[in-house]
Amino acid sequence: MWKWLHSYADPERAYNLSGKILPWFSILAIALIGIGSVWGLAFAPADYQQGESYRIIFIHVPAASMSMAAYMGMATSAFIGLVWQIKSADWVAAAIAPVGAVITFIALMTGAAWGKPMWGTWWVWDARLTAELVLLFLYLGVIALYASFEDKMLAARAAGILAIVGVINIPIIKYSVEWWSSLHQPSTIKITEKSTMSLEMLYPLLINIAGFGLMVGAITLIRFRCEILARNSMRHWVRELARIEGVK
Amino acid sequence: MQFDSLIDFLNMGGYAFYVWLSYGITFFSLATLIILSLLQKRKILIQIAKKMQREDRLKANRSNS
Repeated sequence: MWKWLHSYADPERAYNLSGKILPWFSILAIALIGIGSVWGLAFAPADYQQGESYRIIFIHVPAASMSMAAYMGMATSAFIGLVWQIKSADWVAAAIAPVGAVITFIALMTGAAWGKPMWGTWWVWDARLTAELVLLFLYLGVIALYASFEDKMLAARAAGILAIVGVINIPIIKYSVEWWSSLHQPSTIKITEKSTMSLEMLYPLLINIAGFGLMVGAITLIRFRCEILARNSMRHWVRELARIEGVK
Repeated sequence: MQFDSLIDFLNMGGYAFYVWLSYGITFFSLATLIILSLLQKRKILIQIAKKMQREDRLKANRSNS
């Protein structure tokens, strides 16, 4: 039933297909982030409590939610690579890790820059903040493990197991604001009930979340293509490509 | 537009430092990631091409002797 999927695991087809969808991801990501940020920075109304400082939300929330979504994507691909031995899935996981790490770093930094004026401190060892910091370390661990083996089959297995075990951290981040008393405010966007946010603020936020998601996808595609080339250097089609584009 | 002037916009109601710090960090870390990711492809292809040249040289030397 799922047999047709396997043909896309072929490195050359995966390389060409990802090259074809990359421009769409990039253009949409740039457009959405452009619209969402300008709208959020200049046109959304000021918050009645936090004044203009709340405008950090338009990058903080997209970065934070995508840091978790990217982790789930990475762990899922690592799982597929581990269980069904599909190498392309391992390469996707390896491609997501650095992107996820940077997005998590952004979530932490923008959170600190928002925490300083609102809470009076850059950092507290609060459940939500600490769990997000652990997420950054998990990403760095996956990157380091993948880089430390010459044999990339073994490297992908080691990094994949860490990625899968680390999934336990995702619900902890998500529900930390409900399970423990926290300085961090609970989520303002709710899927099942009405969001506790005015629509003029919600729309640019949702646009930026979609934009960040597409951007993570686009950068992952770029890195995935590089990973395919590096892991298939003995293949004829890669050698042809190196002959044409690899000369200085 | 929520702001009356450009100065007003840049001032961000007194929170200019924190707001622009956030957007600045985001922009620069994303730009660095994207540029490094884009440069990676060329680096890998050059590496493979070098390896191929080395193999060709080895092959040529073997047939000489």
